[in-house]
Amino acid sequence: MAQVELHEIAHSYLRKPKGESDYALKRIHNIWDDGGAYALLGPSGCGKTTLLNIISGLITPTKGRVLFNGKDITSLPPEQRNIAQVFQFPVLYDTMTVFDNLAFPLRNRGVHRREIIQRVHEVADILDLTPFLKNRAAGLDASAKQKVSLGRGLVRSDVAAILFDEPLTVIDPHMKWQLRRKLKQIHEQLNLTFIYVTHDQVEALTFADKVVVMCEGEIIQIGTPEDLFETPEHTFVGYFIGSPGMNFLPCTLEGNIARVDDVGIPLDEETAALGHKAQGKMELGIRPSYVQLRSKQEEGSIPARIRAVEDQGNFKIVVLSLPGKTLWAKVPEGRPVPEGKAWLVFPKEKLRLFADGRLVR
Amino acid sequence: MSEIRSDKHTPEKPETLLLRNIDKVVGRDVHLENINLEFESSAINVVLGRTLSGKTSLLRILAGLDRPTRGTIEINGKDVTGVSVRKRSVAMVYQQFINYPSLSIYENIASPLKIAGFKKAEIDRHVRKTAEMLHIDDLLDRLPTELSGGQQQRTAIARALVKDAELLLLDEPLVNLDYKLREELRLELQEIFRQHKSIVVYTTTEPSEALMLEGNIVLIDQGCVIQSGPTRKVYHNPAALKAAEIFSDPPINYIDATVQAGTACLGQDIEFPLPPHMSSLLSGEYIFGVRSSHLFLLRTGESDLEMHAKVELSEINGSETFIHVDCGYCQMVVQEDGVRSARIGAEIKVYVSPSCFFVYNKEGNLVASPSNGVVQPMPG
Amino acid sequence: MEKWDNNKAWFLVLPVFAIVAFSAVIPLMTVVNYSVQDIFGPGQRVFVGAEWFKATLADRRLHEALWRQFLFSGLVLLIEMPLGVMIALAMPKRGWGVSFSLVTLALPLLIPWNVIGTIWLIFTRPDIGLFGSIINSMGIAFDHTASPLDAWITLMLMEVWHWTPLVALLAYAGLRAIPEVYYQAAKIDGASAWATFRYIQLPKMRGVLTIALLLRFMDSFLIYAEPFVLTGGGPGNSTTFLSIYLVKLAVGQFDLGPAAAFSIIYFLIVLALCFVFYQVLQNVGRGEKA
Repeated sequence: MAQVELHEIAHSYLRKPKGESDYALKRIHNIWDDGGAYALLGPSGCGKTTLLNIISGLITPTKGRVLFNGKDITSLPPEQRNIAQVFQFPVLYDTMTVFDNLAFPLRNRGVHRREIIQRVHEVADILDLTPFLKNRAAGLDASAKQKVSLGRGLVRSDVAAILFDEPLTVIDPHMKWQLRRKLKQIHEQLNLTFIYVTHDQVEALTFADKVVVMCEGEIIQIGTPEDLFETPEHTFVGYFIGSPGMNFLPCTLEGNIARVDDVGIPLDEETAALGHKAQGKMELGIRPSYVQLRSKQEEGSIPARIRAVEDQGNFKIVVLSLPGKTLWAKVPEGRPVPEGKAWLVFPKEKLRLFADGRLVR
Repeated sequence: MSEIRSDKHTPEKPETLLLRNIDKVVGRDVHLENINLEFESSAINVVLGRTLSGKTSLLRILAGLDRPTRGTIEINGKDVTGVSVRKRSVAMVYQQFINYPSLSIYENIASPLKIAGFKKAEIDRHVRKTAEMLHIDDLLDRLPTELSGGQQQRTAIARALVKDAELLLLDEPLVNLDYKLREELRLELQEIFRQHKSIVVYTTTEPSEALMLEGNIVLIDQGCVIQSGPTRKVYHNPAALKAAEIFSDPPINYIDATVQAGTACLGQDIEFPLPPHMSSLLSGEYIFGVRSSHLFLLRTGESDLEMHAKVELSEINGSETFIHVDCGYCQMVVQEDGVRSARIGAEIKVYVSPSCFFVYNKEGNLVASPSNGVVQPMPG
Repeated sequence: MEKWDNNKAWFLVLPVFAIVAFSAVIPLMTVVNYSVQDIFGPGQRVFVGAEWFKATLADRRLHEALWRQFLFSGLVLLIEMPLGVMIALAMPKRGWGVSFSLVTLALPLLIPWNVIGTIWLIFTRPDIGLFGSIINSMGIAFDHTASPLDAWITLMLMEVWHWTPLVALLAYAGLRAIPEVYYQAAKIDGASAWATFRYIQLPKMRGVLTIALLLRFMDSFLIYAEPFVLTGGGPGNSTTFLSIYLVKLAVGQFDLGPAAAFSIIYFLIVLALCFVFYQVLQNVGRGEKA
């Protein structure tokens, strides 16, 4: 079991970093709970893999300390940290059988033979690998290989945290469902700390209790999937989470009204009040699934041209043109979409107000 | 067929590509088996299948990189089976971002035009137009290694587009890109393909990508074509269990059912009168298929069936919740809009309207679908 | 419609065929021709069938040379392969040290083979050679012109010095091709350096090591220039390897018929051994993939 504390971590791949731009990780200061399932989510190059490797000990950070359960382990090598890691591409010992692969970490630690056999069978059972124990690992399919990689972490009774570096990259969509489900079950069952790096929001949100959204070497927001979806603290989170991302409309405030071009959109009082206190460029944000399409004008509705309707099977994505910008609306299957032109209604409680990219509150 | 088409034939552009009885066998492995397909230039052709299902083998044969073991390929009625890739007008985009590393983006995009012997001014015009379309017009002086993955793949796509080949092949072009980039490029590609006049064949493993691109679809599994046709039509009428599996994400749910004298039975205690689309079903054993998005936690209509289930797992992706449940006689995934919390092990009720059921016989063939009613299975 | 690839391409390959024909096929045919005839002079020849082959196969000195050759190749491989891998493992992985060690390693490979023989001839001379004189001054009698053992030691040293770098370079290339994650995973699994070598590096180097083994076997089995310069096959016949014996037979005694038969047998032995090696190593690989 491990609580992971990241104390003022910063990292640069250069030997003598000068400015802030030389740092791949700028300042990470956080405590992650024991037994939690965390996902590090962000675009390529945001520093998420660097952070993962700092936790596993493959990289020693330029600055700061890593603590497991309050114990400073910054200088400990990976094998002494009680962690296991699953990589993007399955890493197997090709010449060994599945059994030997799973037994490898135990043998390296001099575990007794009888215990090895017992542990390997337990783990193989959890991962549905029992029928393959005698097979050569190199002959398995991609998802079974990834399970073997995971199994090498699970066999160790001392493992407190398992780190995942985009483990589903090489897995087919239908197998992703099964593997994700397996991961969730293992997390429920064993109560280990899971840390999962991905650029795929669906993976991050379905996997994690807490999602850590990263961008350019910084943590932008940590929250439950619901938090990130409903109240993104930054326009980046709004854009990055959700498919398509949040719609943003530049606006000005007049009392309880947000003015977008010449149309006034009513806000709730609290948001408006907070907005007046905030400084900077104002933007209204709304999720595509909360945009309502009407065929007639209503109070506070905005006229828009319908540019395209994309039928996604169980929902439709409506691409809307407003002067100078594009908006998306997500309409459930079976709900009618007006033709050519629509009036957009934004429910008050779903509107979010941002000042200079940050949520006002 | 071909006679009708030849009337419309315009000399400069092909309209159809026909595969007849194509087999591809390498050693003892059958990569493709009896493929009969027709690709048209009027809409994008998506080939959907899992890894190693034969998608890439098919593309390689279309490109002329491989020769089929048996069968013929015809472009506009002309047999081109033996013609090498160099003599065909083909452009291809791969999973990996393949560009000339020592050439600038401009030179990369210009390279097929230079080979074709275009004039300088014309090359310039084409390169800039295509680069603009793919939003890389301000990166033309850079080298590929200085660009992000998304930009590199845009360059590769631009190079393929600028060639203006008769046949444009894309082999899972977005699979190595970040999720968000994939989303953006998908939307753009759809626009671009619409303007493009050649035959476009696009492979993918993701049902959502296929739906996004629309056009026509080919479902392929273990080297065989399972179903082909307009994407929407196939989505709403997956002709076999396998087709439904490949073309649903999350995977389609199955329920074993017995039909007798106008009623259907699921498990022990659910019995209901046949909805209109199944009304002419014969008595017997069937498998009902239902997509996750048609299962609900709240009653939506009078005729909804109520199923008792135990929660095995729930996953939230921000805007939707996927609840994995066990009903005793079947396991299902319920897809609900919004965030729903469901405790693992909790007893819940799942509602489904019988009018959403796809009906398959024991051989796995579609016998009735919500949009088409009872389909008479073709003999043989 | 049966035409598949561009037939013009064959014209481009034509020069290669011509060169191969002149450099390999025609000489080989000449050898075959010689091996079945007894030639007394221009225009005077008698067909003797398999006579030369029978005689050659029964030649005791050839048997000795053959076993000597096997022993030499075997010993050389036993030293060079592990040594080459060890050097590759010890080489730096980044920084200026990489190019430095690569260049240093490649030096022996750049020297003409007969020059190598000459270098070692002088180097190991008991009177003026650095190596020879030091060993002798330590009280150990060392003279490769007198003692067969010393001659062997000298040849082995030379061969190892000359060719281990090739094995090392190939092994190094193989090592560099292993993705970093394998090492990371091994670290996390707590694998020792030995286990990392045994289960990651060695299996991943199998391909290049196969090539190294084949190359080194063929080269050492065909060795001629260096022992010719260094020992001339002596003292006695102690370093008379197959090729040296062959030349003695052909050029020294001008027995073209037996020499031709010998050549063909020699060629077939090398071919057969390479085939066996290749098959064995391939099958090892296949077993692992299945």
